[in-house]
Amino acid sequence: MKTCLVVDDSSVVRKIARRILEGLEFEVTEAEDGSKALEICQRQLPDAVLLDWNMPVMDGFEFMGHMRRLPGGDQPKVVFCTTENNVAHIAQALSGGANEYIMKPFDKDIIADKFAEVGLLPVGQAMV
Amino acid sequence: MTPTEYEYLRKFLKDNSGLDLSADKQYLIESRLLPLARKAGLSGIAELVQKLQGGARQLITDVVEAMTTNETFFFRDKVPFDHFRDHIMPEIIKARAAKRSVRIWCAAGSTGQEPYSLAMCLKEMSAALTGWRIEIIATDLSHEVLEKAKAGIYSQFEVQRGLPIQMLVKYFKQTGETWQVNPELRAMIQHRQLNLLHDFSQLGTFDVIFCRNVLIYFDQDTKISIFNRLARQIEPDGFLVLGAAETVVGLTDTFRPIPERRGLYKPNDPRAAAAKPVVVGASPRLAVMAGR
Repeated sequence: MKTCLVVDDSSVVRKIARRILEGLEFEVTEAEDGSKALEICQRQLPDAVLLDWNMPVMDGFEFMGHMRRLPGGDQPKVVFCTTENNVAHIAQALSGGANEYIMKPFDKDIIADKFAEVGLLPVGQAMV
Repeated sequence: MTPTEYEYLRKFLKDNSGLDLSADKQYLIESRLLPLARKAGLSGIAELVQKLQGGARQLITDVVEAMTTNETFFFRDKVPFDHFRDHIMPEIIKARAAKRSVRIWCAAGSTGQEPYSLAMCLKEMSAALTGWRIEIIATDLSHEVLEKAKAGIYSQFEVQRGLPIQMLVKYFKQTGETWQVNPELRAMIQHRQLNLLHDFSQLGTFDVIFCRNVLIYFDQDTKISIFNRLARQIEPDGFLVLGAAETVVGLTDTFRPIPERRGLYKPNDPRAAAAKPVVVGASPRLAVMAGR
């Protein structure tokens, strides 16, 4: 089973994301900020990170930089999931090593599409 | 909705759009037509049916449009666009090397996601297409849908369905909450209103025809007629692309499937292909299932 770390300071968002990702057969762990997420990654890297941007203690962008420098840290697929929905932020995330980018609000179809895009789900999951 | 009203609407849609609803699609009619009835100041489906029976012209158009508008998103099903990039275009680039021109028809272009996806594919391979004349014609039955396709403006939700984030950044411009396809891409596409039930020979011939997820709504005779007419608009070495759940097998011998490439068809030699339907048995359904 593939693993996904959901990083968001909102417990509601984490709960929604968990339900969607478990429906897509991911094993989900949660962290409420970048620093807690980094601790988890130092123990074991997930296959994917669904990553909020603005969080207390350590934001998502800073977390990604630290995680990418861990041994094997280039492997996890990072999918940002944030209300920062402007081109400048998207470009910054991509050049910082993000694989995909979700602008909130999101739903199951968007998550499934983006995870398929980074190769973590077979294409056409939502096909007729 | 009474059974009589449902039967009337079924027949009405069949006659006016070719849409062939099975006996259990009441929910679909209600979800699409109730909002329309309210917008027109009518009390419900019953009054809508009365108006249609009275021959209200604008309402007839509106009902047909509301029922035939389908969900679509960028790079829908992905595989056809991989075929387009890896198989169709390389063959065409070779075959048309002297002529340097390619004509593509999106026969159910809907709100534009499909033609724009093709335009993005072509942009991505622009090095191989320098000096080429590229024509993409996108047609749809619905005026409302065409207007949206022409404008190329999509909601945040729409641009997140099927569209890789790099493509969004590269080919769209953000305006507030919406995203608009950039002018260069928009200029690649001509949008035209067209009902597939009517003659479309005026469009000329094409190297590639995308006709996805529209024929599933038509009955068998209509499908056969459309396939046979499509065959006349396609170059002998051209390509027809159908939806994942669609096939020509058992309906017409004007096209043949390309092995190992789901959804891709080549026209048969017109001398060999009599424009007649073949006998339909259980096999087409099996073929569809096996192909998925």
